Amino acid sequence: MNLEAVIFYLFALIIVASGGLVVLSKNIMHAAFALMFTLFGLAGFYAMLLSDFLAVSQIMIYVGGILVLIIFGVMLTSKITGVELKTGPIGKVNYLFGAAISVIIACGLSLLFTNSKWIEKPVDKIPDSSINAIGYSLLTEYILVFEVAAVLLLIALIGAALIAHKDQIIDSDASSNEISTNNDIKIKE
Amino acid sequence: MENHQFLFNFISEYTGDILAGVLIAIIPLALLLVYALVAIYGELKIASFIQLKLGPMRTGKWGLLQPVAEVFKLLQKEDITPDGADKPLFNLAPFIIFLGCYAALSVLPLSSHFAPSGLNIGLFFIIAISSLAVLGIVMGGWASNNKYSLIGAMRSVSQIISYEIPAAMCILGVASMAHSLDMNVISAQQQGGFWNWYVLGGPAGISKIWLIPFTVVMFIVYFVTSLAETNRTPFDVPEGESELVAGYHTEYSGMKFAFFYLAEYGNMFVVSAIMTVIFFGGWSSPFGDFLNSPIWQIFWFIAKSMFFVGLQIWLRWTLPRTRVDQLMYLCWKILLPLSMVCFLAMALGGMLY
Repeated sequence: MNLEAVIFYLFALIIVASGGLVVLSKNIMHAAFALMFTLFGLAGFYAMLLSDFLAVSQIMIYVGGILVLIIFGVMLTSKITGVELKTGPIGKVNYLFGAAISVIIACGLSLLFTNSKWIEKPVDKIPDSSINAIGYSLLTEYILVFEVAAVLLLIALIGAALIAHKDQIIDSDASSNEISTNNDIKIKE
Repeated sequence: MENHQFLFNFISEYTGDILAGVLIAIIPLALLLVYALVAIYGELKIASFIQLKLGPMRTGKWGLLQPVAEVFKLLQKEDITPDGADKPLFNLAPFIIFLGCYAALSVLPLSSHFAPSGLNIGLFFIIAISSLAVLGIVMGGWASNNKYSLIGAMRSVSQIISYEIPAAMCILGVASMAHSLDMNVISAQQQGGFWNWYVLGGPAGISKIWLIPFTVVMFIVYFVTSLAETNRTPFDVPEGESELVAGYHTEYSGMKFAFFYLAEYGNMFVVSAIMTVIFFGGWSSPFGDFLNSPIWQIFWFIAKSMFFVGLQIWLRWTLPRTRVDQLMYLCWKILLPLSMVCFLAMALGGMLY
């Protein structure tokens, strides 16, 4: 076995083991932290496929952004409501449903995998970095999508600022449509 | 840049690729451990001098062996895991934090001929991998089953995530001027004396002079955010001992506490090294071609980084701690707009030169 294969199976083991932990763990916090290893393993796969930018983006967005958000959500809600962070007993029906969906997805993926035409031509030259190509295509071919995504993120930012801004609430009274500044208003639970 | 693999090629001629990879991977670790001893000694001594004391004097000449003694003390201490703690997460957390610091060290170009991993998106990688520290802190704080730890972890995470934005702005500003995310390339661009450093507008000749105020302000913004990202005073609210005992590592002892400690010092070095690379020429000599051979470049890189580490230690013992709301105010209402204005100017500079 060469070095690439060893590294591949190492990452595969990490992904499968931690993915299993995510699904099977009774403790939601353990599941959330196990997700970190899954996402890291995937980043390792991307790096092995020579998409370095994608690998680092995976760490940046999923590990640094989404996972932190998930963990914060889990942690804060449990502390506020005092609910134990355990998943309850799952009924037989749910197991059946889950198994059925998993089998269907697995069959679909393997069908797709066996039937699609893979490009098997060896690459003449390993590209130095994927980041230049990604940058050029983002700013030429996909400029519209890129800008729409940027505007969407801007809207999300403004919305978040508006929600977080406690002092100014829009008066629900239909007669006055102006923004009232009331410092005494508390957020209701 | 092909030659950053010089050392790897040199070693692999004798040992083969796999062993050479392992050996190269050990270098940042060794660097980190030796650096930590120096930094602990520096911290003790600088703190004492600022407080008009002598500091450690008894272990070795001028107390030089004090950090070694501290390490042995930490190794000998009992490793306590509290009863109510979440054992797997509690034991894993210090190593996750340390892993983030170690991974960040792996892309720093120590010399034009040597970076442990010459990644061409090194700067982006460092921003991304620093999120591991966040996860480790939440993990430790939550698993300790202690309200002080949890509050410390919350504070720390909100602080690090907030301050990542101005820090990323600074890094992006320099990246847009350098047209590269490769730390070795950015360092190479700043060769030829300190006038070419990006803190002084980069290597664009005399016409760049209008850019200097923006880059200097950008550097100051990055320095402030780097203090906050490593949880150093004046931004060490996560471990403010007057409120939170010791923050997220309250429950840790012995070896695991040593890992937290090591990771904190390691992160100080990492942010200082980033500062060195993006603003102060990385490994390049401040005097043009004078003393600019690959070996001397290692010296320059380490010396510049250690200068900023020293600056952080100096500030720690000089400034009082900020409040949490002041911390957030500074980040969102001062540093972020400042860094955005400077970023626009630097992006314009990047387009012009």
